[in-house]
Amino acid sequence: MLELFQGPLFISILAAMVRIATPLLFSAMGELVTQRSGIWNISVEGTMLLGAVVAYVIASTTGSPWLALLVAVLACAALSLILSFVTIVLKSEQFIAGLALNLVASGLTLFWFQTYIIGRDPPKFAGFEAVEIPYLSDIPILGTVLFSQRLLTYVSFLLPIAVWFFLYRTRYGLEIRCVGENPKALDVKGLNVGRRQCLAIMFGSLMSGFGGAFLMLGYSDRFVPDLIAGRGWLVVVAIIAGNWMPFRVVAAIFIFALLEAIGIHAQVVGVSIPHHVFLVLPYVASLVLLAGLRSRTHQPVALGIPYRRE
Amino acid sequence: MENLLSVQNLTKRFGAVTANDNVDLDVRKGEIHCLFGENGAGKSTLSACLYGYYRADSGVIRFKGEIAELNSPADALRLGIGMVHQHFVLVTNFTVLENIIVGSPEVGMFLSKSAARRKVEDLCRRCGIQIDLDREIWELSVGEQQWVEILKALYFGAELLILDEPTAVLTPQQSDQLFAILDGMRRQGLSIILISHKLREVMQSDRVTILRKGRVVATVETSGTTAEAITALMVGHKVTKHVSDRSIEPGRDVLVVDRACALGEWGEDVLRDVTFSIASNEILGLAGVAGNGQKELFEVLMGVRTLSSGGFLLDGDAVAVPTSREMLDRGVGLVPDDRFREGLIPEFGTAENLVLGWQRKPEYRRGPFLDRRKLNALAERKIEEFRIVAASADLPVERLSGGNAQRVILAREFLHAGSLLLANQPTRGLDVAASEFVYEKILEKRAEGFAILLASEELDDLLRLCDRIAVIFKGRIVGIVRPEETTLLELGMMMAGDASNLDGHLNDLSSKALRQ
Repeated sequence: MLELFQGPLFISILAAMVRIATPLLFSAMGELVTQRSGIWNISVEGTMLLGAVVAYVIASTTGSPWLALLVAVLACAALSLILSFVTIVLKSEQFIAGLALNLVASGLTLFWFQTYIIGRDPPKFAGFEAVEIPYLSDIPILGTVLFSQRLLTYVSFLLPIAVWFFLYRTRYGLEIRCVGENPKALDVKGLNVGRRQCLAIMFGSLMSGFGGAFLMLGYSDRFVPDLIAGRGWLVVVAIIAGNWMPFRVVAAIFIFALLEAIGIHAQVVGVSIPHHVFLVLPYVASLVLLAGLRSRTHQPVALGIPYRRE
Repeated sequence: MENLLSVQNLTKRFGAVTANDNVDLDVRKGEIHCLFGENGAGKSTLSACLYGYYRADSGVIRFKGEIAELNSPADALRLGIGMVHQHFVLVTNFTVLENIIVGSPEVGMFLSKSAARRKVEDLCRRCGIQIDLDREIWELSVGEQQWVEILKALYFGAELLILDEPTAVLTPQQSDQLFAILDGMRRQGLSIILISHKLREVMQSDRVTILRKGRVVATVETSGTTAEAITALMVGHKVTKHVSDRSIEPGRDVLVVDRACALGEWGEDVLRDVTFSIASNEILGLAGVAGNGQKELFEVLMGVRTLSSGGFLLDGDAVAVPTSREMLDRGVGLVPDDRFREGLIPEFGTAENLVLGWQRKPEYRRGPFLDRRKLNALAERKIEEFRIVAASADLPVERLSGGNAQRVILAREFLHAGSLLLANQPTRGLDVAASEFVYEKILEKRAEGFAILLASEELDDLLRLCDRIAVIFKGRIVGIVRPEETTLLELGMMMAGDASNLDGHLNDLSSKALRQ
């Protein structure tokens, strides 16, 4: 077990951690903004899957990963309109709406996969390549871990800062947080609560799609139906574990990613602990965090409660 | 003086109910104009029409002489009509400043807080409001939260401020402070519409418009009228206010509470060494600002919240581990403060609600089943006795008015309680006539020999009904006083936790009460 934390293997674990964390960061920052606006969007898993599927189709037909990313993100933004309609206009239960979206997304994906992919030679596509940052990538350890990643990985590092700045330093961020805490406080000032929630849902779905597409284009060479494999759920858990605060959510994601990276490498070195134990660890860790944070929660007060004028 | 706002023939209907019927209202520049009326008289509907929350069915609203199209609160705000809601609309974990500026286009894309801060500080100075702009709302007292609500409206440039029952949650001192602030605003040339049913406040306004059943009864200059005249206009007839019959002397102790302590949801102290006693033929009042442990005290006495230490005696027996079942069986009646959530099952009819909690009693059953015929007969009797307006005994009680729903609870508790009645805010939200009915019934029970604990925010009522009044502050009984030896002002000071200026005799009184 100890050999995991020595030398090149450890560097490899850290590099894997960054690689695993990146798509999650995109999805999590989007979902964080959605949740701070008071909407429990649990359809992250399905949205990431949709993003991945669309990215795969576009990349394999046009050969352009950037175009694939763009279309995937737009498709997910369009999908979010369904959720907005159901939760904001019809004011339905948000959990059930999100759950339904997840089921629809995974069902349709399977259908598409069975019909068009299985039994044929799956088309190849060109994904994103790693970009080594000159000089910085030569730094021992750090260079490999941080500066020999894909271009979008570097973007993902800046994203939490941007989201934090948006939420806490801009007028629109203040309004979004206000909607999540007490939508009526904004409504009585004559501002449209539904429009802000709709935009927040759209941003969240767009970023989830971004995460799914990046997972596809950055790290895979072919599509498999369980590509997302619960990562969308992990994002939702990370928001809770991170107590709805941007940098704590980032920390939660890196902890989850580290646990997964250790799990992968443990298999390689032949550690006798079953792989599944490592898969479960993020969830156990977040349960422990939840129990410990109960009294100091920053959960938006109006989270999950449809806003109605009385 | 010129009219800032003028309303002509405003009518608003909800289905078959006409909430406002051809209402006329003029508000002058620089006046405090009171809207006075009972619950359901149409005060809140009228104010909701004025700030664009509801759209009037017909009628004309003019603001500064021009016809105002009020389709949303945004329209009202743009014109300069601001609203302070009865239930504060604040974000509890935002700072005061954030609550004031959120939603304002003035702060710019990147929240230039320093300019906003200067503007708010200027407003505070002019109206005489003192508040720390960087504290978060949950750290503030209820009174201070009210100032934040006022500042919110002023920051958006309100020239007419509508306050919906602003003092329902304030101590008398905080309410005086509020009126000092309103007076400052009036001198700045701002106009204020004050919705209230407290006479003390109405008399501090410049003019009063009295509403009854959706219609304007009269608009009068306050200086040229009396509280009695206004009340008579509001109710439409004279109201007899019941008072306690002092010739009945309290007897033996029924309930003795000894150093009761209890913890809240987060392990904080909600009751600290609460000690008092109530004798038969006695009403003990419980005064306090909402949220100081009243609810928890009732829960402890009813056996639904556990004591962390201390205990109580009922009819001389120590109640070791009280359960609600035991308290019910021993004849303790409870009128909870939230009647539809805790006092009744809204979907059930009057008949079922009348036996709720006592449904096990043999006389309500036939074998393992409820005896429906008996229940319905009982309901018919009680509907008549308590003058409950219900179409039938199985009409869901959620369809009843607040006053009628409360009568169902009273009927149930009076039927089953044996010696002790716990009443928490029994007249909250009821109009004068309905309140007096509740008091009349409670006084009847006192005469029968019941011990009664009566918590209320209406201090005037406590003073005329109670034999003694206990004041609770932060979970502690800060004093027990006799109505004939105390004033509203003293009660208010004690409710604010200031027991320092109380004479020794008050403490003597409470300790004497314990020894009895």
